[in-house]
Amino acid sequence: MSVVMDADRISRTLIRITHEIVERNKGVDGLAIVGVRTRGVHIARRIARSLLDIAGEPVPTGALDITLYRDDLMRHAVGPQPVLRRTEIPFSIDDRKILLVDDVLYTGRTVRAALDALIDFGRPKSIQLIVLVDRGHRELPIKADYVGKNLPTSPEESVQVRLQESDGVDEVVLQQEG
Amino acid sequence: MASERTDAPALRGLRRKDLLGIAELTPEEILLVLDTAEAMKEIGSRPIKKVPALRGKTVVNLFFEPSTRTRTSFEIAEKRLSADTLNIAIASSSVVKGETLADTALNLEAMQPDMIVLRHSSSGACHLLSRICKSGIINAGDGMHEHPTQALLDAFTIRERKQRLQGLKVAIVGDLLHSRVLRSNIHLLTKLGADVWVCGPPTLFPADISRFGVRATSVVEDAVEGADVVMLLRIQLERMQGAFFPSLREYFNVFGMTEERIRRAKPDAIIMHPGPMNRGVEIASEVADGPYSVILDQVANGVAVRMAVLYLLAGGAEHEEAA
Repeated sequence: MSVVMDADRISRTLIRITHEIVERNKGVDGLAIVGVRTRGVHIARRIARSLLDIAGEPVPTGALDITLYRDDLMRHAVGPQPVLRRTEIPFSIDDRKILLVDDVLYTGRTVRAALDALIDFGRPKSIQLIVLVDRGHRELPIKADYVGKNLPTSPEESVQVRLQESDGVDEVVLQQEG
Repeated sequence: MASERTDAPALRGLRRKDLLGIAELTPEEILLVLDTAEAMKEIGSRPIKKVPALRGKTVVNLFFEPSTRTRTSFEIAEKRLSADTLNIAIASSSVVKGETLADTALNLEAMQPDMIVLRHSSSGACHLLSRICKSGIINAGDGMHEHPTQALLDAFTIRERKQRLQGLKVAIVGDLLHSRVLRSNIHLLTKLGADVWVCGPPTLFPADISRFGVRATSVVEDAVEGADVVMLLRIQLERMQGAFFPSLREYFNVFGMTEERIRRAKPDAIIMHPGPMNRGVEIASEVADGPYSVILDQVANGVAVRMAVLYLLAGGAEHEEAA
């Protein structure tokens, strides 16, 4: 097990991504930020706070649960269904530029599900993807617009993002599966 | 809302294919259904009220008794989850030609449905089907036995208003004897720690009602005194073969929920009724339409709760994995 990002590194990375967002979108006008449950939401809230610090304007923030859109939902062997949590998008996404946030980008299947889920809420002007870690091994044609860290991995390894809000510590850990 | 709830429910999922009654559920399973229903409720407020979760699944709504609310509610829930639905009502089924319930079910099952939602006038009809069918069976009311999704939506509605069930005084007044809603609610509310009072004419008390861990009285004022929740049950004339009380008017005079009686409950008490209501029999119109009435919230929440049940059961029972 090795720590590939510590608390300082995560914090600096999120501030850097915030600056990239402001630069690319020429401010925060028309932006909204939506995190994928669970850890994507924590990262989304942190980025929203940094955007407020840097641009001085609040950006609407939401939470998306993609469980009901998973492509493996009814394909797994018989057994309990994944736990469902609330989706909270308390604003219209129509004609907004949506910043979609997840912790780890891997196969791309979660992002595919998130895109489908978002489109059911309206027709955004655009969707930009933010991930803290891109570990490669895509199975779908999906690419992030903002990447915290590119982390080459083997499929036998697992990448775990731990955050204060849910895990009591800020770190990204690379582990051998076993 | 949700202040007492953590992000992740204690339980990771339901490990069963059928929902036959509340009696066999654990408190953790009940809370999982209620938490899942909270997430489902949000879907009803979207511009596109549909998610792909049960795409390609077929659900048969098999109703051997008249029903508007429950059947419609299940059908909307199934459609919002993208399941294909099929409604079979008794009048148009082969039952009128003499087919037995088991044969009807086996014939339907030959067409490979994934779940059957069953309402039947015989207690235990769902248990029978669960033994002979591979499809998941959801009890939408069986005789005088149970109506589990009604109790779940009642609990959901109470929790939405009161944030909890533990320690609440719940008074259930009406036709206790014939009510499957009562039996399901007693199981659920006592499992989650509510203080349940039941009230009705002594002729309509089920035998050894006190064994269920509730307090029984025929004095409606005692039942309502200090209650957080007052739930009324319909007088089920269609199930009565005999004279249980002199007249509907006399029933209303002694047990009917009037504004005067409701004042004995807590000031923020809520009034519930599973429907269909008989105004002027078990409930006065001013109470049914009053500010403390959550009767229409119950109907709205029914869809979210049934979506939760359909979703959680669609995974099936784990012990089948080996088969």
